[in-house]
Amino acid sequence: MKILVAVKRVIDYNVQIRVKEDGSGVVTDNVKMSTNPPDDNAVEEAVKIKEAGKATEIVAITVGEEKAQETVRKALAVGADRGIHVKVDGIIEPLAVSKILQKVVEKEKPDLVFMGKQAIDDDCNQTGQMLAALLNWPQATFASKIEVKEKSLEVTREVDEGLETIEVNVPAIVTCDLRLNEPRYASLPNIMKAKKKPIEQINASDLGIDTSPRIEQIKVEEPPKRKAGIKVANVEELVQKLKNEAKVI
Amino acid sequence: MSVLLIAEHNNKEVKPFTYNAITAASQIDQDLHVLIIGYNADEVAKSISQVPSVKKVIQVDNEIYENYIAENYTSAILKQADNYSHIVCSANTFGKNLMPRVAALLDTSQVSDIIKVISSDTFLRPIYAGNAFATVKSNDPKKCVTIRPTSFDPAPSTGGSAEIVKADAADKTETTQFVKREEIKSDRPELGTARVVVSGGRGMQSGENFKLIQQVADKLNAAIGASRAAVDAGYITNDHQVGQTGKVVVPDLYIAVGISGAIQHLAGMKESKVIVAINKDGEAPIFSVADYGLEADLFEALPQFLSELNKLNTIQK
Repeated sequence: MKILVAVKRVIDYNVQIRVKEDGSGVVTDNVKMSTNPPDDNAVEEAVKIKEAGKATEIVAITVGEEKAQETVRKALAVGADRGIHVKVDGIIEPLAVSKILQKVVEKEKPDLVFMGKQAIDDDCNQTGQMLAALLNWPQATFASKIEVKEKSLEVTREVDEGLETIEVNVPAIVTCDLRLNEPRYASLPNIMKAKKKPIEQINASDLGIDTSPRIEQIKVEEPPKRKAGIKVANVEELVQKLKNEAKVI
Repeated sequence: MSVLLIAEHNNKEVKPFTYNAITAASQIDQDLHVLIIGYNADEVAKSISQVPSVKKVIQVDNEIYENYIAENYTSAILKQADNYSHIVCSANTFGKNLMPRVAALLDTSQVSDIIKVISSDTFLRPIYAGNAFATVKSNDPKKCVTIRPTSFDPAPSTGGSAEIVKADAADKTETTQFVKREEIKSDRPELGTARVVVSGGRGMQSGENFKLIQQVADKLNAAIGASRAAVDAGYITNDHQVGQTGKVVVPDLYIAVGISGAIQHLAGMKESKVIVAINKDGEAPIFSVADYGLEADLFEALPQFLSELNKLNTIQK
């Protein structure tokens, strides 16, 4: 089985976001970037499946500017075999990303495509489902457990009510939840080895896909700030405040 | 221009967030139709037809829809899509799973998780875990939109009498099978709609200690929430997680116990009306959003809190 894993470069999850004064977006200059966290889970799961002898090759792919390659390099360092970087500058929406991935899937013919369930920058939660639609493949979203069977996957999904299990035939798309596994750290020797692994570069424009945004971002602003609260001295005071001041109990 | 809303239900009852989504959908356009895809879901259709802002109910009833499978829902929605300018549903795990599949096949760039309708093509939505708000305008001829339910009040559920029309089922997928659902049954209010939420974090130290949270929640008729750390540690099941990748809650009162307040957790609760934080680390970021902060050991504070609550003559339910 061959697995394609899609990874995205985003502002690191620990960074406190700052909105640009002109309302055009958020500050990204000199800000720490890293792989979108659930994409790390997607890579880890693919590597685990390969280690279990159920996959033969893992290809890591990213879509984005020049530096997005770093995320592919990281995937190579934890066990992906080779990489693909589809170069595109500027804002790219999930619909365009899924069309790019569709082209790559048609060429690479993987049996499975894994990615994180949501990117923590635009919080869209769309790409996996869109790719599944375009390919007419089954989708297993928000996966917290994957069992690889002969020609299918049994996937446990985290849903609002609890857990749901579905079986999807291969080929399939899986979007990964943070609880799917514990992503490993790359060892130094593996980071060195990863530098020698090939990354194929493709220009998005060569794929014949219109990647121009369909959604206009009119402005980005800070959310309203909460007014500062107070510290209470003890539990009695807390309960009195809730009862008599906030009137919520 | 007409809006098609996809109802979430379990074939017997309408899921509460559908009513919140109806409010948002009717702000996009008054001509609101609701599509009910299910099996033996006549009661659901009847309930929705009584919502005053709903103009028409379309019911697709077939055994292939006994369980919700995004692939099957998508083909049923596409059969209706031609007649509508907007297709909308809730941005919970139901709608997040479904809508992008519909949008891609309509070649539409979806607008996810809106918190405000500015006009029929312009919406406000949070990005970066709610640390920024983006105003976005969709230029697609047909728009697919998911709605953050807690940002809209539920629509009144009685007084209307919309007509119910039946429509044909679409093709069934052969590649996805429903296996099972493990629904956690509880007598407590639902986390997403509860008036009071009491949440525990890593500071709880064990699943056993969550009984301290349960006792307070019982007293306040509250739902129980948790930080991702508490769920990851196995203290409590995933359906309790509040945050960027869990549930977003907007209760009148949110009590965060032993939760440090990572950005990702704040994303799920900082719009709550009144926030209480109980944490022994006075520097914890949760205090920056708390209306009332109590710097204390939770293992002393929670039993005291319960005994103070017991002293009150009345408690709002």
